[in-house]
Amino acid sequence: MRSAWPWLALAALFAVAPHVFSSGSSLTMMSVMGEMIIFALSFNMLLGQTGLLSFGHAVYFGLGGFVAIHAMNALIHAKTGAPVVIVPLIGGAAGLMFGILFGWISTKRAGLVFSMISLGLGELVSSSSYILRSFFGGEEGITTNRTKMAPFLGHKFGPQIEVYYLVAVWCFICIAAMYALTRTPFGRMCNAVRENGERVEYVGYSAQTIRFIAFAISTFFAGIAGGLTAINFEIMNSQQLGAQQSSLVLLMSYIGGIGYFAGPIVGAIIVTFLQITLSDVTNAWQLYFGLLFIGFVMFAPGGVAGWLMLHREAMLKQQLWRLAPAYATVAPALAASFVGAVMLIELAERQLALARSEGSVMRLFGFEVDASSAGPWAMALVLICVGVAATRLVWPKVTDAWGAVHVALRARKEAWPSPSR
Amino acid sequence: MAVALSLIDLQKSFGRTPIIRGVSLDVDARERHAIIGPNGAGKSTLFHLISGRLKPTSGEVRLNGDRIDGLPPYAIYRRGLARSFQITNIFPKMSVYENLRCATLWSLGHKYAFWTPLDRLGDVREQAEWLMERIGLSARRDVPAGVLTYAEQRALEIGVTIGGGADVVMLDEPTAGMNAGESKQAVDLIRQVTEGKTLIMVEHDMDVVFNLADRISVLVYGRIIATDTPARIRENKDVREAYLGQASQ
Repeated sequence: MRSAWPWLALAALFAVAPHVFSSGSSLTMMSVMGEMIIFALSFNMLLGQTGLLSFGHAVYFGLGGFVAIHAMNALIHAKTGAPVVIVPLIGGAAGLMFGILFGWISTKRAGLVFSMISLGLGELVSSSSYILRSFFGGEEGITTNRTKMAPFLGHKFGPQIEVYYLVAVWCFICIAAMYALTRTPFGRMCNAVRENGERVEYVGYSAQTIRFIAFAISTFFAGIAGGLTAINFEIMNSQQLGAQQSSLVLLMSYIGGIGYFAGPIVGAIIVTFLQITLSDVTNAWQLYFGLLFIGFVMFAPGGVAGWLMLHREAMLKQQLWRLAPAYATVAPALAASFVGAVMLIELAERQLALARSEGSVMRLFGFEVDASSAGPWAMALVLICVGVAATRLVWPKVTDAWGAVHVALRARKEAWPSPSR
Repeated sequence: MAVALSLIDLQKSFGRTPIIRGVSLDVDARERHAIIGPNGAGKSTLFHLISGRLKPTSGEVRLNGDRIDGLPPYAIYRRGLARSFQITNIFPKMSVYENLRCATLWSLGHKYAFWTPLDRLGDVREQAEWLMERIGLSARRDVPAGVLTYAEQRALEIGVTIGGGADVVMLDEPTAGMNAGESKQAVDLIRQVTEGKTLIMVEHDMDVVFNLADRISVLVYGRIIATDTPARIRENKDVREAYLGQASQ
């Protein structure tokens, strides 16, 4: 039963979280996180597990949401006894249906061809959403009222806390289902297709069939995420299935780490948190997202999960202390470059976008500064230059510390051979 | 004796360039058949035509009497023909054990099952462990295939090929790039794992060929110029001229 512990812990976390973060805005944020976790995991079923990079995954998220919202309105109108808790399943079924339809075309090939077809289909659906107004609702979108649905065990899902628990239960089920899937014959063959699609055909499998099934299953889960989003916001609009939403899910998965099952979960939580909080703090939040993504691609391609796993072994073998001094040395240098870069972006944003209408005086890290004077700019540049130079200077300490950790780990391994599994 | 694989006037051209120019050959069931020939003779192309990687321009390939030419590789595999590759072609980031599990899943009937936990499939575990034992990689069970030594990777390549228990096994230069000791081990392994099966192999190492093969076909510029027992191939004048003479330079 050892393997049940992480799941119990996850369930407990989901149950307790709204009591720790109980404000209305954090309940909404956590509901969105749950939806995005499902969406990102479904995306990574393609990218991380099967090696298929889709640029149009939001199509199935969005179409799932739109069908779900129309279904809700129809169910309310027809006065059926259908409760809101089954609506995600309708979203999933819609995602699956469109996934089978579009996947039949796009999964005929892997690699670049698949990516390009997914991009084309994404654009196709997203542009038709502005034309087919009766279904997509044009600029305003389609709205619904979830409380008009039949109650479920006495709950009408009016308060956000009830929606949170609805999302949490679905999220838990989807995480468990998608995890279980990775540990089946089919899941293993998805990995085999990712590793070497050609050889798969010489052990009896059609790589195309595997891609197709993986695609269909992943669109099912994307549709569930879309259905939950429709319930949560009670509105769907064309942006939910557009290119921006498609790149957001790529961002989440990549920042979290596509090489690990839990990576996209971590990524969905981080990116959703930043998306909601950063947009309150700065207008340039999308620029920060772009920089964050580039930073991960260049310096931590394993994502947050990869970075954590890197430290896991060192921690288990009690070698983490070797890294601490090096990290402590490099941290101020990194912080200085970070602060300098943020200043530069904010000053530029003020000067280029807002200065004419609202003046060049702004608050930066709690200080009042004038973006049109040279002082703050010079300070930002100095911080960046000094920070980057200092980082480069002390970085060898980090490399050396890791070298020492590796030596220590290897020495321990030789002294006490690890029991064979 | 029953014929396992037969090629009937098989031809393949790339554009206007003919590579395989009319090959006819019958390989008997349970025979060990080697195909030799100088570089560029079309040996690998012939393998690709039989295993479905390439489609023939004309002619037929029959496996146990049924036509298989033009079928995709997986369909040919499901009819009982498995092949290995000259350049190691495995799942590099997966462990030895996972590579072998992948090689057994289809033949054990698990197909695209996405509802049964892989770890609970006893037949898959037994078959994979049995294979691991046979190819001598049990001690390397959890090592990613990509970091194995070259000889180990070649052994795994053979393990993945025979994993599904195919009756006809095709090996493309299984000992290429090995030293004498490794090569001898590989021959023993091949002899063991193809016991009671039909083996067709491309090989450059003449010691390996004469040691292992029941019959040899000599392929020169897209045509088979002789098919015979090793002893008689050694004596054959045309073969000596076209190939063996060249090799002894």
